[in-house]
Amino acid sequence: MSEPVGVKTLQINGEEVSARSGQTILEVAREHDIDIPTLCHLEGLSDVGACRLCLVEIKGSNKLLPACVTTVFEGMEVSTHTERLQKHRHMILELLFAERNHVCSVCVANGHCELQSLAQDQGLTHISLPYRNPELTVDASLERFTVDHNRCILCTRCVRVCAEIEGAHVWDVMGRGINSTVITDLNDPWGSSSCTRCGKCVQVCPTGALFDKSKVGSDHPKYPDFLPYLNLMREAR
Amino acid sequence: MNIEELEQIAESVRLENAKYDYEVNVCMDLACASQGAGPLRDELVKAAEKSGKKVLVRRTGCMGPCSSGPLVRVDPEETLYHHVHANHAEAIVASLGDGPVPALQCDLNEHFDKQVRVVLENAGYIDPEKIDDYIACDGYKALLTALTEMSPNTVIQQITDSGLRGRGGGGYPTGLKWGTVAKAGGDLKYVICNGDEGDPGAFMDRSVMEGDPHRVIEGMAIAAYAVGASKGYIYVRAEYPVAVARLTAGLRDARRRGLLGNGICGTTFNFDIEIRLGAGAFVCGEETALIASIEGKRGTPKPRPPYPAVSGLWGKPTLINNVETYANIAPIIRKGGKWFANMGSERSKGTKVFALTGKITNTGLVEVPMGIKLREIIEVIGGGVPGGHTFKAVQTGGPSGGCIPAEMFDTPVDYETLAQLGSIMGSGGMIVMDDTSCMVNVARFFIEFCMTESCGKCIPCRAGTAQMFTLLTRICNGGGTLDDLELLEDLCATVKEASLCGLGQTAPNPVLSTLKYFRNEYIEHIVHKRCPAGVCNIEAAVPEVQAEVLA
Repeated sequence: MSEPVGVKTLQINGEEVSARSGQTILEVAREHDIDIPTLCHLEGLSDVGACRLCLVEIKGSNKLLPACVTTVFEGMEVSTHTERLQKHRHMILELLFAERNHVCSVCVANGHCELQSLAQDQGLTHISLPYRNPELTVDASLERFTVDHNRCILCTRCVRVCAEIEGAHVWDVMGRGINSTVITDLNDPWGSSSCTRCGKCVQVCPTGALFDKSKVGSDHPKYPDFLPYLNLMREAR
Repeated sequence: MNIEELEQIAESVRLENAKYDYEVNVCMDLACASQGAGPLRDELVKAAEKSGKKVLVRRTGCMGPCSSGPLVRVDPEETLYHHVHANHAEAIVASLGDGPVPALQCDLNEHFDKQVRVVLENAGYIDPEKIDDYIACDGYKALLTALTEMSPNTVIQQITDSGLRGRGGGGYPTGLKWGTVAKAGGDLKYVICNGDEGDPGAFMDRSVMEGDPHRVIEGMAIAAYAVGASKGYIYVRAEYPVAVARLTAGLRDARRRGLLGNGICGTTFNFDIEIRLGAGAFVCGEETALIASIEGKRGTPKPRPPYPAVSGLWGKPTLINNVETYANIAPIIRKGGKWFANMGSERSKGTKVFALTGKITNTGLVEVPMGIKLREIIEVIGGGVPGGHTFKAVQTGGPSGGCIPAEMFDTPVDYETLAQLGSIMGSGGMIVMDDTSCMVNVARFFIEFCMTESCGKCIPCRAGTAQMFTLLTRICNGGGTLDDLELLEDLCATVKEASLCGLGQTAPNPVLSTLKYFRNEYIEHIVHKRCPAGVCNIEAAVPEVQAEVLA
């Protein structure tokens, strides 16, 4: 027996909005066309609150809370674009760009990359942090897809889509901290892993880290919108 | 098992001990054992047999001043000997009844006088592998009293009245936490003991688990009764093999005595504990990561809420406390919450165990009442800095804490004042630094620790700590600029405010506190290319580019 759905009223950036109880701040904000930037969040996957771009301020709390996993309560007052938040978002994007080797001009996802568009939206024009320039590998052992770890931002969407939607759990994370990396099976080459070749991970990858070999140059759009539809169809069955 | 039977066991231990005229207690804690306490004990046993005197040689847990080890205490005279070696055994036994051995006697009266022992009351007095020794010191009395005379609510009320706050570092009121878990619905709940002590220079929890394991077990059992849990886990790092062995033996003995298991003491209360070994990841001390690790998953934290009290281990309400918190429970139940609340300061009650390390004469374990001045801990209990050097700072709270400068040594030690100074109470590591320590290098050391121990889940902690490490390394090498300092402060702000869990949120503290109190040292490195403490090797080629930037 499900609980009766309650209605909550709250303020986002001073605007009165209503929401169903149990909804996250992000869901409510998007329903009301308030744009909160996200990277690890993807509709249709579980939320992990890892990228910290969707952090918002809530009146009465000193802590910044991730909008993707924080549920609404009555009378909540949310601010999504304060100077403090924008400063952190800027820094987080800078950290990502400096962490690995993101060179848009030679990337297959140029023009179709969520990291790139976020940087444009945030007005990120240069990186003040020293580039780390790590030496990372490219695994092209699978016939159809390639993983280029230089472009991975460790959002773990591939890990979640593979485990939660495809049910294969081929992808996972290995290592700690700055040395973390996504792996297939127990760090086997992708081509000899237990991968089902469904390609969902490629579609949900926000950058050019996972891409389709059959596409040439930078014409590499991704189509992650199949996920909510797929979930809906599964629920209806 | 009931109170009378417990009393009988205690009586039989007392009768057994009364057969001996002297008790020679040998500290067998890791520090003493590594300095030869094992062979020393064997020699003492041999010498005692040979002498024909009635001597009981007992191995005990940590006595405190580890740097003076191996330690031996002779009772009933309470004579403490330090730096004892195996070849001193005969002299010690020969001296019994004849006055102490002056050459070995150590004068640490000041060291002990300022201390108040609650958590460590048995450490150094009982054999940690003998449950009957613990029972003879009123052990398990609190559990039986709670089970037979108190309702779960009364137990929680006592803990609330005591004002006990989480000893793992956060300082969350323990009674409130217990109350939340008790109120949570569902018939399956868990209690977890966080024994994943990972701060560099901290060994309080290890000493408690090794020196008095039953105290932790009893505390957990009382907690389980109070919140309605039937299963407990002790999460202890595998790097603590002795603690694991003692706890394992302790759990076995407690089961045999009917103090764990089904229908404890003839009541309907069922409770048992399992040990889970940690693989040494610092982040697994964070409660959500610890829970993930117990579940067999990768040890990464989750956003809170939901808090473990509502949805913890396997989604069930879970009470998670630190080793030292549980170690405080039995005395509170035995003596009452008010007794405990009489010790300490306004908002921080009771005592706190600290691991004193670094540039200090008496390194080791100390237990002091909350609110004591830092100066008393360092100068009186710690015996001051050796070698004619001067104090510079003390680092509390490990990699999550900050450095407090010598000028502020008169501040009382409690949760609030330490936080005001930009540090934290932490789990109780206290690293003392003198004029030979470079504060930039200290900050760099702790950031390196956080960088390697970051789980990598959230961006600010994963990439932020790595960038901070790069900048600090550059400054230490003399290649830093004043712009780097500004960038470092911006990074600190983002890592502190935007990180997912406590590891990241507190990682900038060593940098922020050294920037606050020792900014001149940073400036010396950057502008004058000089390390005031002479630690950093700046001469190793300062790039010309940097010189141009400064000009």
